[in-house]
Amino acid sequence: MAELKLFRTWSSTFALRVVWALNLKGIQYDTIFEDLSNKSSLLLQYNPIYKKVPVLVHNGKPLVESLLILEYIDETWKQTPLLPEDPSERATARFWAKFGDDKVLLSVWNVFIKQGKDKEEAIVTAQENLGFVERQLTGKKFFNGETIGFVDLAFGWLANLPSVWEEICGVTLIDHEKFPMLSEWIQNFAGAPIIKESWPPRDKLITKYQALHEVYTSKEAPK
Amino acid sequence: MAGEVVLLDFWPSMFAMRVRIALAEKGIRYESKEEDLSNKSPLLLEMNPINKQIPVLIHNGKPVCESLIIVQYIDEVWNDKSPLLPSDPYQRAQARFWADFVDNKVSGAAKKVWSTKGEEQEAGKKEFLEALKTMEGELGDKPYFGGETFGYVDLSFITFYSWFHAYEVLGNINIEAECPKIITWAKRCMQKEAVAKTLPDQKKVYEFVVQLRKMFVSE
Repeated sequence: MAELKLFRTWSSTFALRVVWALNLKGIQYDTIFEDLSNKSSLLLQYNPIYKKVPVLVHNGKPLVESLLILEYIDETWKQTPLLPEDPSERATARFWAKFGDDKVLLSVWNVFIKQGKDKEEAIVTAQENLGFVERQLTGKKFFNGETIGFVDLAFGWLANLPSVWEEICGVTLIDHEKFPMLSEWIQNFAGAPIIKESWPPRDKLITKYQALHEVYTSKEAPK
Repeated sequence: MAGEVVLLDFWPSMFAMRVRIALAEKGIRYESKEEDLSNKSPLLLEMNPINKQIPVLIHNGKPVCESLIIVQYIDEVWNDKSPLLPSDPYQRAQARFWADFVDNKVSGAAKKVWSTKGEEQEAGKKEFLEALKTMEGELGDKPYFGGETFGYVDLSFITFYSWFHAYEVLGNINIEAECPKIITWAKRCMQKEAVAKTLPDQKKVYEFVVQLRKMFVSE
């Protein structure tokens, strides 16, 4: 029986990807919740470079970086495949997951934390990025097609956090008119079995991000 | 498996070099189209509308973007010879981690070394050398990051070696003094035909970077 431990926090959107992947494949594992203001010595030992969650430890061997962990899980447990088999489709999936993390997440986050003119510019950039993402859903229920896959898990945060941030800062980025396919994907993904069981409590998320919003918007010169 | 292979290229790009090494390792014939990044071709904009960047591999008309994604694609399609990634899933995860580390930590810091001055450059230099030392620690006593043979991490990192002379002169640093094992490793990699034929001459890169620096720094 393989030993599998997942180090996560209650709210980490990146760790949630690993939770979903393991749950979708029906894999048993133990969870260790970390307090990032007081990191355990085990976490620092397993992830000395970045000192972050998630960390998946399989038979004593640590894996870090959520998208890499997803690839490892997919290669090790073959049921409910997350990535397509065709190399060209795999490359496309990897591209969109990377675009999500490198560009989309940051641009949506900027809308949340910036003010004034910077906020206006952030909205333009975010909606441009979301437009690219929207078009990927053409003719598909999920980014992966009929079933949830790698890119859906990578974009999972889109089905949860923007609505939390919207409630706090008042900007609706993903409205039904501008992004009809993305809006529908959000409904389908957020309500899917396995996925819907793992969302962090919304009221706790609001409290957490409200506090962060205050920190960022109380600074003199927004950067 | 065969079919038309085109690479949208730019000779000093350490990212494009990764793809050229991978293609050479696998013995794949391809057409290289050199891009003028100040005047991007319609083909580049069509094939990579999101980031509008090189390298782009076009295989049988379909584009693959992002150098590390391209290298993995090449490894998966031309899987009959010269494997670049290990076959064991855990070792593959480790290899991907370290190649990403080069992108996340080495690349950004390296850019600061040649494109900034003053305090910002000093900070960049420190960051760069720290990242190199971390790579050095990971290399340990192995001949290659991949172990006994040249692999994915080696390929991802060696391309930066062609820029070392530029970093050293513009940043006033001595990489060999700080990270001797990295230089030993780099020279070992340069003995491979695929690497030696792909990497441009360091002096030529330096001249290019000197011109590029003018766009970022007023001196």
